Amino acid sequence: MEALVAVAVGVLTGTGVFLLLRARTFPVLLGLTLLSYAVNLFLFASGRLVLASAPLTDLGLDSYPDPVPQALVLTAIVIGFGMTALLVVLALRALGDTGGDHVDGGER
Amino acid sequence: MPLPLVILIPLLGAWLPAALSRALGIDPARTTGVLVAVALAIVLMQAGAALDGATVVQSWPWIPALGLQASFRLDGYSLLFALLILVIGGLVVLYARYYLAPEDSKERFYGLLLLFMGAMLGVVLAENLLLLVTFWELTSLSSFLLIGFWRHQADARRGARLALMITGAGGLALLAGVLLLGHVVGSFELTQVLAAGPLIKAHPLYETILVLVLLGAFTKSAQFPFHFWLPHAMAAPTPVSAYLHSATMVKAGVFLLGRLFPALAGTETWFFVVSGAGLATQLFASYVALFRHDLKGLLAYSTVSHLGLITLLFGLGTPLGEIAAVFHIINHAVFKASLFMAAGIIDHETGTRDMRRLSGLARYMPWTAALATIAAGAMAGVPLLNGFLSKEMFFAETFQVQWLGPWYWAMPVAATLAGVFTVAYSTRFVHDVFFGAEPQDLPKVPHEPPRWMKVPVEILVGLCLLVGLTPAITVDPLLRAAAGAVLQGPLPEYSLKLWHGFNLPLLMSVVALIGGVLVYFSRRYRFDLHGYRQLPVDGRKISEDAVGCAVRGARWLVEGVANQSLQRYVLLLVVAALALGYAGARGVTLTGPAVLTPVDGLAVLVTVALVVSALAVAVVHARRLLALVLVGVVGLGVSLAFVRLSAPDLALTQLLVEIVTVLLLLLAMYFLPAASPPERSRARLARDAAVGMAAGAGVAALTWALLTRPFDSIAWYYLDNAKPEGGGHNVVNVILVDFRGFDTLGEITVLGIAAIGILALLRGLRLDGPALDWQGRPWAAERYPLMLRVLSQPLLPLALLVSAYLFLRGHNAPGGGFIAGLVTGTAMLLQYVAHGSAWASARLPWDYSRVIAAGLLLATGTGVASWAFGAPFLTSTFGYVTWPVVGRFELASAMLFDLGIYLAVLGVVMVIISRLGGLAGPAGTGASREAR
Amino acid sequence: MTHLVILPILLPLVAGSVLLFGARLAQGARRALAFAATLALLPVALLLLERVHDGTQLVYALGDWAPPFGIVLVADRLAVVMLLLTAVVGVASLLYAAAGDDARGPQYHALFQFQLLGINGAFLTGDLFNLFVFFEVLLIASYALLLHGLGARRVAAAIHVVVLNLIGSALFLFAVGTLYGVTGTLNLADLARVMPLLGPDVAPLARSGALLLLGVFALKAALLPLGFWLPRAYAAATGATAALFAVLTKVGVYAVLRIYPLVFGEGAGEVANVAAAWVPPVALLTLAFGALGVLAAQTLRSMAGWMVVYSVGTLLVAVGLFTEAGYAAAVFYMAHSTLAIAAVFLLADLVAGQRATAGDRLDVADAIPHRVLLGGLFLITAVTVAGLPPLSGFVGKLMVLEAAQLAPGAVVNWSVLLIAALVVIVAVARAGSALFWRTVPGPADAATPRPDARAVGAVAGLLACLVGLVAWGGAATSFAWSTAGQLADPSGYVTAVLGPDAAAREQRRSLR
Repeated sequence: MEALVAVAVGVLTGTGVFLLLRARTFPVLLGLTLLSYAVNLFLFASGRLVLASAPLTDLGLDSYPDPVPQALVLTAIVIGFGMTALLVVLALRALGDTGGDHVDGGER
Repeated sequence: MPLPLVILIPLLGAWLPAALSRALGIDPARTTGVLVAVALAIVLMQAGAALDGATVVQSWPWIPALGLQASFRLDGYSLLFALLILVIGGLVVLYARYYLAPEDSKERFYGLLLLFMGAMLGVVLAENLLLLVTFWELTSLSSFLLIGFWRHQADARRGARLALMITGAGGLALLAGVLLLGHVVGSFELTQVLAAGPLIKAHPLYETILVLVLLGAFTKSAQFPFHFWLPHAMAAPTPVSAYLHSATMVKAGVFLLGRLFPALAGTETWFFVVSGAGLATQLFASYVALFRHDLKGLLAYSTVSHLGLITLLFGLGTPLGEIAAVFHIINHAVFKASLFMAAGIIDHETGTRDMRRLSGLARYMPWTAALATIAAGAMAGVPLLNGFLSKEMFFAETFQVQWLGPWYWAMPVAATLAGVFTVAYSTRFVHDVFFGAEPQDLPKVPHEPPRWMKVPVEILVGLCLLVGLTPAITVDPLLRAAAGAVLQGPLPEYSLKLWHGFNLPLLMSVVALIGGVLVYFSRRYRFDLHGYRQLPVDGRKISEDAVGCAVRGARWLVEGVANQSLQRYVLLLVVAALALGYAGARGVTLTGPAVLTPVDGLAVLVTVALVVSALAVAVVHARRLLALVLVGVVGLGVSLAFVRLSAPDLALTQLLVEIVTVLLLLLAMYFLPAASPPERSRARLARDAAVGMAAGAGVAALTWALLTRPFDSIAWYYLDNAKPEGGGHNVVNVILVDFRGFDTLGEITVLGIAAIGILALLRGLRLDGPALDWQGRPWAAERYPLMLRVLSQPLLPLALLVSAYLFLRGHNAPGGGFIAGLVTGTAMLLQYVAHGSAWASARLPWDYSRVIAAGLLLATGTGVASWAFGAPFLTSTFGYVTWPVVGRFELASAMLFDLGIYLAVLGVVMVIISRLGGLAGPAGTGASREAR
Repeated sequence: MTHLVILPILLPLVAGSVLLFGARLAQGARRALAFAATLALLPVALLLLERVHDGTQLVYALGDWAPPFGIVLVADRLAVVMLLLTAVVGVASLLYAAAGDDARGPQYHALFQFQLLGINGAFLTGDLFNLFVFFEVLLIASYALLLHGLGARRVAAAIHVVVLNLIGSALFLFAVGTLYGVTGTLNLADLARVMPLLGPDVAPLARSGALLLLGVFALKAALLPLGFWLPRAYAAATGATAALFAVLTKVGVYAVLRIYPLVFGEGAGEVANVAAAWVPPVALLTLAFGALGVLAAQTLRSMAGWMVVYSVGTLLVAVGLFTEAGYAAAVFYMAHSTLAIAAVFLLADLVAGQRATAGDRLDVADAIPHRVLLGGLFLITAVTVAGLPPLSGFVGKLMVLEAAQLAPGAVVNWSVLLIAALVVIVAVARAGSALFWRTVPGPADAATPRPDARAVGAVAGLLACLVGLVAWGGAATSFAWSTAGQLADPSGYVTAVLGPDAAAREQRRSLR
């Protein structure tokens, strides 16, 4: 399983970075979304992987996943959502004010 | 009487002239005069001890951590300079009163003059070297303001900037030198430094220190090749020139040479550097002075050459040379000040300073002519005048050089040659201006200046005569005290007499006098002075071009590198991160020893789907809708991964956030162009792909390396204590609302702020959606699909029930305030989509930013409530109540906190969707657009 | 049990929420509330200063959960100095905003409070992930403030700032994940305790995480080559906002000062001094390029923006020495540059407002009205930022020079520092002569209203603080030194947070 996660995180990061380097706001938005997926997976994985379990103590399991990274990722997801929402609207505003969707404003 | 008063009175009193003249209409000159007089009185009160060779040191701690003490020193040498600064300063104050034109702001002039005077006094009275540097830089600054006094004149501005640049640079060098000096000696107090001479000269850093300190001194004292700022400083009002270039500013440099004489002087390096610079300056400047047509220009270069002479004398490193230097400092200050004032009078009364237009003024202003002639004689070194005495000493000393070997004769010859030029330009100053034919077409009809304008000149010229005739009784005590203070030891035998008998120095004087006169009067046979133009090289031009180039270069560089291209900045950031990450992980073994978890087909399938669609996004990102759908797939894959990897809360949240985010992006896409324009540069695509791969590979490796290593963490604590201490089985939720509730508080604050920001961004924003969709089909004419409308209404209460359920169980099972909030929000979002924001807003008429605020306040309030129980912020408690129907039920204070989260999240979602609808066209029409 | 420590966070949080709730309140009421809340930060900071002055390190365990399991706030000398600076700059910039800037968009005061919340939280927290959260708070607040007043210029600048910082946040999380994945803890003190115990097998991963973190802080502190976005962004913001942002960049520097000596310092075993090789060259580059930027600037605002870069460079030269003397110089220079830069931005805005036609462009224009007042303020500010005596810039420069003197590479450091200083002096002199001397003849337009008293008061207040920094230089520098002492010996911090027998007690277990 570890290998799969590593590959997934790597590919998400790589494609995210590639899209971040585009010249238009929309692909950059997509890139940031992919990058945040990668970050969340990575941060989550930093607690190592546990299958067929859950951080619910009433299940009486013998092995639990590390709940700390899960909590951190939850916070990160929410914060990321706020940031993305702001950037989306910012891109729309830029479209309205500078008349284009180039990341440097306007039509380059 | 505390010494600092002498400095503080002018420094802090600088605003008084302006204030008093505004308030009581007192002439600023009077106020200034009084201040100067008071300071002078204080100095004189303590002069006695200093004249007897004693050294008064007064010290107050200021910044001990730096070795910067507020310590001051009054010995013969500083006394001499303090007197020069204050006496000549006083005369300048009087003189300027008549010189300045009505339109010049006297308040500003005298204020700046006092500022400068204070700084100068600080330089000469400082005992702590860092303090000295402090005042040193202050003189640069205040002289900058004085030289630029006539700010409307381009010359004044440029001259001021030039002076500041050169002396400022020197000041920085001096600062460095002083820091090293203090490092070597272990103290910045002059007393220690002067006592440590041998130690310093033996130290490996000696040469460095010497060069740095000399850079400071030479720039200030306009020594070659840093001399060029001084002539351009002549753009200042003449009283300023008379002050800065006789007794003060430029003397600071030679003052420093004398002040640090025991610490630095007497080595071969010192001799060659200092006397070399001095000699070069003296020769060069005295020659150039001869060809200046502007009176002040001539005086400027003559100043430079006399400073060269003084520097040369210090450079000899011999006691007698040092005495001669100190003596010439006094004499030069006296006659040069009077000459500048005379030049100012001439300018004032004739309207020009150009010697090609002036002549025969002796008829119109005989008294001024007489005064100027005597002063010029002193400058030339004519017997019976003070200049002669120090000149004689100088000539005598030129024979005492020990380092020149067979070239011992070079120094006297050069000195005599410089003397010849000095006499020549002095003669020109007198003859061109006062004698010869009637002056033609002068701007004004010349006449004697107002009575009091001449007084300062008379006093100074009187001094020239007095010192020249009776040196032993007039100047000797002060000179001995000063010279003794410089040497920090007993003085050698010397006598100030007019007549030393027939000897080489006398011969040299005679040669210089006759030669100089001959040079001047033979000028019309040899070369025509008046026809002579500027020097080929002009220091100001060079340095200004240098600055210009620097500015242009800087603009080119800065605008070239910081080119406001986000793509470049992102690239830099990513590459920097890669460099850091890889560099840190150097030498890591990729795979660790930990046991791995088994793989199953489903996981592989999900991963493949995720990877493929992610890569596909990168490929087809230009076709935006497709790319967005693929991103949705990826998000779905991530949520599935969370399910598989035992993170139900994460999966749920990821899914909900996913939905809302995709909806947002859909909306954005609706307004944004449907496709990105194709990119021209293949190379750039390749580069970015490479960067992306490098990043991906790095992160994948990092993940792998982490996952394959055994791990212990603080997690056990939460698993053990979630139920007993936090009252919940869902450890993640307990962490979020309790163990690390503070994070969550910050998190919802971020959401709230985002909502405010979005509201602000949407203000007055109107966008037109496209008439056709991305495949060229017209948008559906039907505004709100019937099915949706029918379905959506019953959905809302249902959703509210669900979210209530999710909320309540959140503490023990996947769910919680955040998730519940998102569920409610999504349901409401559906209302907007189905009915349009007008309809929906009418039925859900709340100001949602207040809902957010309420949520924040509730969460914070819950946290603060725990203070009542003497517990820290956010301390939780819980208990059980038995409700009818529901049965035994747990209530945790953390749930109130969670309720706050619920409200905040709901508010944020509502703010966003309720406002975004209004974007297209006038009346808000929800996420779908107005039918056309 | 004192709640004093958390007040710098709660005051702005509550005030901000109330202001958000009372959006319909009258402008006057909102101003009064916001000002009261900000002003209250001053006595709080001073009380804290009085408490930590003797070296006490106040630890506040949120939720009463013992560290390293819960989040702690730690108030030591460094944190409190930063809180005090923030309070001072906050009051000044709010005072300036009250002259009219705050009415140019909705919710200015709420955002302002949230900005303060984020900054203060970042200074106080003793937990790595909580630091991330507060970074996000202060960042998103800063985006909104930067956009205050809108306009294409601000929107375009904001896009850059937001995208770059989102990437920065991603980096931060990668770093947090790596460090947690290696150490299994998030509390800074606990990280410091665990770091030396790491074996050679995982140490490289920890180093990697530490350096990624350094990249994040470099981006926040606008260290080159990551800081190019800053000058335009700050120049685009309204004067009051830009002044507040003067603290923002310092948060990045603070984070370096807080975390690297403590967690990755001398005692960190395999991971020791991980940043020492990276900071000095980057700092020199930033310093030099910043000076060139100041020289190249064509408007007063962009000059101020490059001054931020320049000062951060100087600051990091001091930090990069990783010696007690370096920390001391850094702490003093931090105080100086924060106040000075804030003053410059406010002043630039004042001047621009007065020069009707030319704005803050550095070229010939009509004589500026109220030349004496503005010229005087400009002169003092210029002297300070150019590091000329007798003001705090000079003392700061001296401290940096003296600290760098004994370190390796002193010659390079000194040359760059001194030459850059000269460049800035020349640039400032040119600017001053262009703004106040080189004017087209003719009387100043008397019609221009005298600058608002509150605005002038804000600038004058900041300058007064700078003068005080020198007048009481002895006290200031000695406090800087004692602060440096605390940084140079992190054991005190660890003990204060984890208790005396921390080193012995193992907090971590495997779940498997």
